[in-house]
Amino acid sequence: MSFVSVRNVFQSYGDRPILERVSVEVEEGCFVSIVGASGCGKSTFLRLLLAQETPSRGEVSIAGQPPAREPGRDRGVVFQKYSVFPHLTIRDNILAAEELSARWGRLWGRARRAARERADAALARVGLAHVADQYPAALSGGMQQRLAIAQALQARPRILLLDEPFGALDPGTRLSMHDFLTELRAETPMTVFMVTHDLSEGFKLADRVLVFDKTRWDPDAPERWGATITYDFDARHGGIPFQSARAPHAA
Amino acid sequence: MRWINRRPGRPLAVALALAPFALAALAYVAGSEARLAANPADKLLPAPSTLWDAAMAALTEADRRSGEILFWNDTFASLTRLALGVGIAAALALTLGLAAGLLPLAGAGLSPFVAAVSMAPPLALLPILFIVFGLGEVSKVALIVIGTAPFMIRDMAGRVAETPVEQIVKAETLGASSLVIALRVALPQAMPRLIQAVRLSLGPAWLFLIAAEAIAATEGLGYRIFLVRRYLAMDVILVYVAWITILAALLDLALRRLSARAFPWAEPAR
Repeated sequence: MSFVSVRNVFQSYGDRPILERVSVEVEEGCFVSIVGASGCGKSTFLRLLLAQETPSRGEVSIAGQPPAREPGRDRGVVFQKYSVFPHLTIRDNILAAEELSARWGRLWGRARRAARERADAALARVGLAHVADQYPAALSGGMQQRLAIAQALQARPRILLLDEPFGALDPGTRLSMHDFLTELRAETPMTVFMVTHDLSEGFKLADRVLVFDKTRWDPDAPERWGATITYDFDARHGGIPFQSARAPHAA
Repeated sequence: MRWINRRPGRPLAVALALAPFALAALAYVAGSEARLAANPADKLLPAPSTLWDAAMAALTEADRRSGEILFWNDTFASLTRLALGVGIAAALALTLGLAAGLLPLAGAGLSPFVAAVSMAPPLALLPILFIVFGLGEVSKVALIVIGTAPFMIRDMAGRVAETPVEQIVKAETLGASSLVIALRVALPQAMPRLIQAVRLSLGPAWLFLIAAEAIAATEGLGYRIFLVRRYLAMDVILVYVAWITILAALLDLALRRLSARAFPWAEPAR
């Protein structure tokens, strides 16, 4: 049985279908990129994985668990922005990954000291130790996303979901963030889903690239049909040759 | 260069800021001198020296009957009422606003009611308050609460509801319960806004305070003004008005400082 299992998922908002007949099985430790045109349901798919939304039909299950109805600690997430807490210092942002699950959202005494040490270790690992006592607003966009990733990982999620995490960064910073993410994955293998509109980024980082598109298109009513996974590429070894892990439209 | 792009330098800015004050003072002095020249017993625009004497008398001379300095008693009474009223309103705003902004169930139940209540003119409710709570302290504090709380609650609820959904979802993925999200994500970020709301509410709060004191009180800044009005004691009224203005300005400044000190992350980047 695969780690992440999406079975025949449909999602519509009102009478407007967004996704239809989406099925995919992903192994543990796999890095999956999700690409597609704007409005083709990539972010909706990520929200379904995150359990921020529940599908109108079908189900999403992680590690054999019953489908979740709201986001929880087994899913880590990094958004394009607003992913860190502006009112907490950088250290406290990492600490929040352990503290927020406590009853009152705080740890005390020995537990807090231990968590603080782990937070400092995490900050040192991602190169943010020197700004631990500052607020996120003092960080550049790339550093904020670094913090957001470190924060998400500190909670030890089963899967990590990235929603266009580097979309707002300049090209140079984006490249260094690619290296950062690759290094992190080399240290700790993790299952990652990343939505991106940058095809080359998708192929560069991922083991698999899922392409979302509409298979049916009504020129008079573009809203009529939802999107589904139209291609499923094996992107290992730089994605060359572009081997299809499964045939298009296979159920 | 367009006028919209012309900015005053520091000296000019200070001069421009002081000019209206100076003009107002000048106009007053001129008017006062003209009236006093025509009638030395004129009470409408007392001379600056008379104002000064009135201020010194109010600040230092004890009341012959009670032996206490009424000015400070009035100040203490009014500030206590103001602090109680605005404090209760702020506490209500914090709890109800947080609940309404964060919990859709609470918002659905609270928001229409608060919106309706905020439409009722508080001064029209004052007689009801006097009837229900009597003429004591409770009715005055209640008027300030009723006058300022609905606006503050709505402001807080709106602000909390504006918390980016990404932050809420992020907290959920870190295992936070609704309570923890309220305490550690929404509440701290709502605090600077609460202080802002209190600052904006202080104007109406003073209005309601003085209105309530004018109608039924035995001490207080508003009471004193309306009392000495009977004797056309403009010198005392002007001193009290100036004092109230200074108090309001100081309170505003203190709240602004407090916000900047306590919530440095909320300050706009410079």
